[in-house]
Amino acid sequence: MTLHFELVTPEKLLRSEEVHMVVVPGTEGDFGVLEGHAPLMSTIRDGNLEIYKAGATTPETIRIEGGFAEVNEKGLTVLAEKAEG
Amino acid sequence: MASLKALKIRIGSVKSTQKITKAMKMVAAAKLRRAQEAAEAGRPYAQRLEGVVASLAGKVTVSESSPKLLAGTGKDQVHLLVVATSDKGLAGAFNTNIARLARRHAQELVAQGKTVKIYTIGRKGRAVLNRQFPKDIVHSIEPGDLGKLGFADARGYADDLIARFEAGEFDVATLFYSTFKSVLAQEPTAQQIIPVAVPAAAAETPGSGAAVTYEPDEESILADLLPRNVAVQLYRAMRENAASEQGSKMTAMDNATRNAGDLIKRLNTLYNRQRQAAITTELVEIISGAEAL
Repeated sequence: MTLHFELVTPEKLLRSEEVHMVVVPGTEGDFGVLEGHAPLMSTIRDGNLEIYKAGATTPETIRIEGGFAEVNEKGLTVLAEKAEG
Repeated sequence: MASLKALKIRIGSVKSTQKITKAMKMVAAAKLRRAQEAAEAGRPYAQRLEGVVASLAGKVTVSESSPKLLAGTGKDQVHLLVVATSDKGLAGAFNTNIARLARRHAQELVAQGKTVKIYTIGRKGRAVLNRQFPKDIVHSIEPGDLGKLGFADARGYADDLIARFEAGEFDVATLFYSTFKSVLAQEPTAQQIIPVAVPAAAAETPGSGAAVTYEPDEESILADLLPRNVAVQLYRAMRENAASEQGSKMTAMDNATRNAGDLIKRLNTLYNRQRQAAITTELVEIISGAEAL
C-alpha cells in the first residue's frame, strides 16, 4: 500500500521515495493522492505539498512554486519550479 | 644565437606560464565536478517535462486556436539563432565550435533566402558572429560565470524570447549549445525550441492510454507548460554549457601544461649546450695561451 512519489525541480531530483499519501495543491483545489489513483494531470499553485509517510500522522510539508503534477500507473511525479522544505 | 642570460629568462617565463596553466587546469577540474553534477541533476526534470509536453501535444489537435508556441506562426521566414556560449576564453575550442555550428546554420538559411537574426548569450559567441553578421545580432546577454546561473536567470531569458516571439519578431528559434558527453567530448548541438519540436516518438506512449483526467483542461495545461518548457530547455542548455566549458578548459590547460613542459626541456638542452660551448671556448683560449708562452 505505498505510493511512489517523485519531486523534481530544474536543479535536481529532490525526492524519490515510497509514501502513503501526498496532498498536492492543485490549481483547482487540493487533492490527495493514494496508491492506485486514476491517471491525472494538473497544474499546481504555489502552496504546501503534504507528504504522509506510512503510519505517520503528521505530514511533512514542502513549499513548492509553479509546476504541475502527474499521476500515472508508476506513481506521482511533481515537477516544481521551486521547492523548499 | 640567444645569449645564456636570455635563455635563462626565457626558461623562467615558460616555467611560470606552466604554473599558471597547471593551476587553471586544477581549478577547472574542481569546477567541472560540480558543473557535471549539476548538469546531470537537471536532466530528469527536462526529460520528464519534454515527455509530458510531447504526450500532451500528441493529444491536442493543432488548430488556429492552439497556442502559437506549439503550432508556430505558420511561417518559417525569420529564423532566430540563440547562441549560448560563455563569457570567458581559454577553453579550447568550446566557444568556437558552438559559434561555427551556428554560423554554418546561418549561412544555410541565408542561402535558402530566409532572414536570420541572432541572439547571443555569452560574449565569446558574440565576438565571433559579430564579424560575419554584424547587422543581424538583435540582442546579447553577458551571463558572467556559467556555473552560477540559476533557473531564475534562464526564466528571464525565456520570458524575453517569448515576448519577442509574440511580438512577431521571428518564426522559428533554434538554440545552440554544447552537450556535455564526457571530459574529452563535448558536442555542439542545435535544438529547435520555438515552436516546440514534437518528437516522432510522441505517439508511442500508449501505456497511459487510459483516460487521463486533466485539471484544468488540456489546452490550459499546455498553455501553462509551453513557456515553462522553453525556460527549462534553456536552463538545461546553460547547465550543459557550464559543464562543457569546464571540461574543455581542463583539456586545453592540460595540453598547454604539457606543451610548456616540452618547451622547457628543449630550452634546457639548448641552455646546457651553450654553456658547455662557452666553457670549451674558454678552456681552448687558456690552453692555447699557455702553449704560446
